Amino acid sequence: MKKPGKKRRTSDWILMFLTWFFSFLTIAVLAWILIYIISKGVSQINFKFLSDIYMPTAGKTGIFPMIVSTLDIIAVTLMISTPVGICSAIYLVEYSKPGRVLDTVRFATETLAGIPSIIYGLFGLIFFVITLHFKYSILSGALTLSIMVLPTIIRTTEEALKSVPDGYREGSLALGATKLKTVSRIILPCAIPGILTAVILSIGRVVGETAAVYLTAGFVPNIPSSILKSGRTLSVHLYSLAKEGISFEQAYATATILIVIVAVINFSATRIAGSLNRMSAGR
Amino acid sequence: MESKKLLKVWEKLIETIFLICACVAILSVAVITVYVFIKGSPAIFKIGVWNFIAGQVWQPKAEVFGIFPMIAASVLGTFGAIVIGVTIGIFTAIFLAEISPKWLARFFRPAVELLAGIPSVVYGFFGLMVLVPLISKYLGGAGNSLLAVIIILSVMILPTIVSISETSIRAVPVTYKEGSLALGATHIQTIFKVLIPAARSGIMAAIVLGVGRAIGETMAVILVSGNTPLLPHALTDRVRTLTANIALEMGYASGLHQDALFATGVVLFVFIMLLNIMLNVMIRRKAGESR
Repeated sequence: MKKPGKKRRTSDWILMFLTWFFSFLTIAVLAWILIYIISKGVSQINFKFLSDIYMPTAGKTGIFPMIVSTLDIIAVTLMISTPVGICSAIYLVEYSKPGRVLDTVRFATETLAGIPSIIYGLFGLIFFVITLHFKYSILSGALTLSIMVLPTIIRTTEEALKSVPDGYREGSLALGATKLKTVSRIILPCAIPGILTAVILSIGRVVGETAAVYLTAGFVPNIPSSILKSGRTLSVHLYSLAKEGISFEQAYATATILIVIVAVINFSATRIAGSLNRMSAGR
Repeated sequence: MESKKLLKVWEKLIETIFLICACVAILSVAVITVYVFIKGSPAIFKIGVWNFIAGQVWQPKAEVFGIFPMIAASVLGTFGAIVIGVTIGIFTAIFLAEISPKWLARFFRPAVELLAGIPSVVYGFFGLMVLVPLISKYLGGAGNSLLAVIIILSVMILPTIVSISETSIRAVPVTYKEGSLALGATHIQTIFKVLIPAARSGIMAAIVLGVGRAIGETMAVILVSGNTPLLPHALTDRVRTLTANIALEMGYASGLHQDALFATGVVLFVFIMLLNIMLNVMIRRKAGESR
């Protein structure tokens, strides 16, 4: 707001300029990356690319096996981590009293969230692949990834549970329902949008993860016949293509697909989180 | 009467299951820490703590394991990324929190969140295809360099810095801003002299998280850094970070070599643990201050 006759110092102008400049720089970088990769990749994507198997010697360079591996690993990871995560969140929000247990679990969750993915990869390699003899497999990858996404699921589900108004709990208990019935019949259903957000965010994390998957699920470019077999996810495939310099066209195409998947995930998570906010605000 | 007792047992059982699930997190942290340390620490002592951490030569074939060049690469890369990323990030956060008109922010914020979700390999690939040739063209050399690492890491930590800083700036009590404006300060003066200092603990937390992300980044770095385990003397030198060291050689290492890679992991782990503890201390201090 301009006050008539007030002199604006030069430093003010400089800082204002820098603010706008750097902000647009941020967006410009994002736009550059997206436009560059998508423009070069989109032309390579066709039905053949998406449905062919990967056998370069036979001239087949499709990513179908990678898509299957990625879906497999997402499914198994969610099957393991979602129940554990939701139950943990329920305990933290509904049952626990402030104290040592609560603090320790929180500290553990924060720590897990901060461990770099390469350390998860190392751990997964030594524990699941070697010690437990699961070998390079979808299972090893999924177990490792489950621990990685656990903090996300716990945190987001906690938020969702906390946003359910206390009045619901009190009303239900006043009507004579047990705590378990209250949680399972009333609170959980209300928290479903938040839990959905947690699941979607975790899928995003799994899709984008490379280092940990590389060291535990391996990189065999075939359709895994069981979860005990090795598989190559889309991100590992991109890494392999880029590092070996085999084919940059395929790399652009794979990168484009990854970007599209992530954009869709982001978009859905935001929409659902938005509806969650609107629900709890309207009450 | 019987059914009431059964119900109580059932309830207690379910509560215990929930508790066990919550403890999975604790168990995981414990197991991961124990395993990594058990596998990595003996190697550090076998090689010699000083030889390992300060040794400048990494030649697994000759059984020489010095990770100092890798430590230098990780530290320098992270430091450079922080300098660039925090500057751009804080200004962008200020923009989103205070300056941007609402309609613009509605596009900006999801855009920054999208930046956060892009997988690190994609960043690495972009760096390999665009950044590396650019550096090679204008600064000479092969392009794979410390500079490429710094730039890519800056972009990757931007979303973290922007979103947490923005939240911290927004969390500053409105009265601070109103008081400052009432005393005659301009909007910009208010932002930089009142709001930012007030939000500093949140911004510090953002920086620590950014550091954690930068130090832990593997894939993007491998694709742009050149992966030479030598001490960098110029921004255009090829480098290898601690994370890249582990990821590149783990596939075929065995024996002492493999243990040395785990030891590299231990060093990384200790770094990150210290950062986490620092973060927790800062958060606790922030909670105490606002009382």
